[in-house]
Amino acid sequence: MEYLSLFVKSIFVDNMIFAYFLGMCSYLAVSKNVKTANGLGIAVIAVLLITLPVNYLLNTYVLKAGALSWLSPKLANVDLSFLSFILFIAVIAAITQVVEMIVEKFLPSLYSSLGIYLPLIAVNCAILGGSLFMQQRDFANVGESAVYALGSGIGWYLAIVALAAIREKMQYSNVPAGLKGIGITFITVGLMGIAFMAFMGIAL
Amino acid sequence: MAKLKETILNPILKGNPITVLVLGICSSLAVTVELKGALVMALSVTIVTGLSSLVCSLLRKTIPNRVRIIIQLVVVALMVILVDQVLKAYAYAIDKQLSVYIGLIITNCIVMGRIEAFALGNKPIPSLLDGLANGIGYGLILIAVAFVRELLGSGTLLGYPVLSAIGYVNNGLVILPPMALIILGCIIWIHRSIDKDLQEK
Repeated sequence: MEYLSLFVKSIFVDNMIFAYFLGMCSYLAVSKNVKTANGLGIAVIAVLLITLPVNYLLNTYVLKAGALSWLSPKLANVDLSFLSFILFIAVIAAITQVVEMIVEKFLPSLYSSLGIYLPLIAVNCAILGGSLFMQQRDFANVGESAVYALGSGIGWYLAIVALAAIREKMQYSNVPAGLKGIGITFITVGLMGIAFMAFMGIAL
Repeated sequence: MAKLKETILNPILKGNPITVLVLGICSSLAVTVELKGALVMALSVTIVTGLSSLVCSLLRKTIPNRVRIIIQLVVVALMVILVDQVLKAYAYAIDKQLSVYIGLIITNCIVMGRIEAFALGNKPIPSLLDGLANGIGYGLILIAVAFVRELLGSGTLLGYPVLSAIGYVNNGLVILPPMALIILGCIIWIHRSIDKDLQEK
């Protein structure tokens, strides 16, 4: 039950895009049509789902204050949390590279449709943001961090596909010259965000 | 000399990283509820962009092309850790308020974008200036959004009552995340109405 609540909450209430603006750059750049948006969304879910549990283990057994005490009791008061940024980003970059190689080897069609977006995920704020939020929220076990990763990934996926669909339709509408392109996209995302706020009070 | 001036002025107006290149939106919007947070964030990003451009420019001849992204990430992460430690020591309350967004400067596309586009092909001093100018261009937009949001949302500026002193009723919607996007959309609209070259077809 707790897992379900966390899952629904991370999709709708704590939506990566509408509540925290994470992964905004690629969200705006790749949402011009539904097909590529779909591919990038799936890639983000996959990378989040792998990196978050790994970073969780790293945080619990290496970085947190006193986390090294399983090695020897002498290390109980070592606090390496100032290293978390650099280690998290290294893990993310490495895993993205591995995922890219696996996809290239075994799923060449998916690889060619994702193109350059796959390596770009390494610098997607949603992934690092997910890891940092996970560290901040102190999840109780690996399962919770995985559920959180899946939920936020799906939330991000829903948001990018929805925006891509709206932008495809918007090509036919008459937008003021200065707002064309990115300006109206921002306002659309804002309005979508207001709609998503309707989920705010939900508690399971 | 004219070229240096161009390097500094271009990112602030014609090639503003947020309104024109649409880079670094991720960390920029969440910190604009209050002017104070936005000022600190603008300053941190300016320092990180400037210094990491400088370091990457110094290293540009020694970095092998294939592993450059990882090396750039390490340089940027190092600068961000330094900024974060300084903030934790001297401005703990603000560091807590900015929470994960300081860490997210690492993945801020402006920093990586300037290193890739400018610092790897230019001498250290212009790279430093380019980094700083881009940070300032980013900071100006951040401060503009935060100004509107704090003024209309809380009726204060930097914590001092301004509108609330004359009986203004706070607009709670402006504090919420979606309004940051809408205000930014309007800023882009104004910018592009003045500078017609930037309009998209």
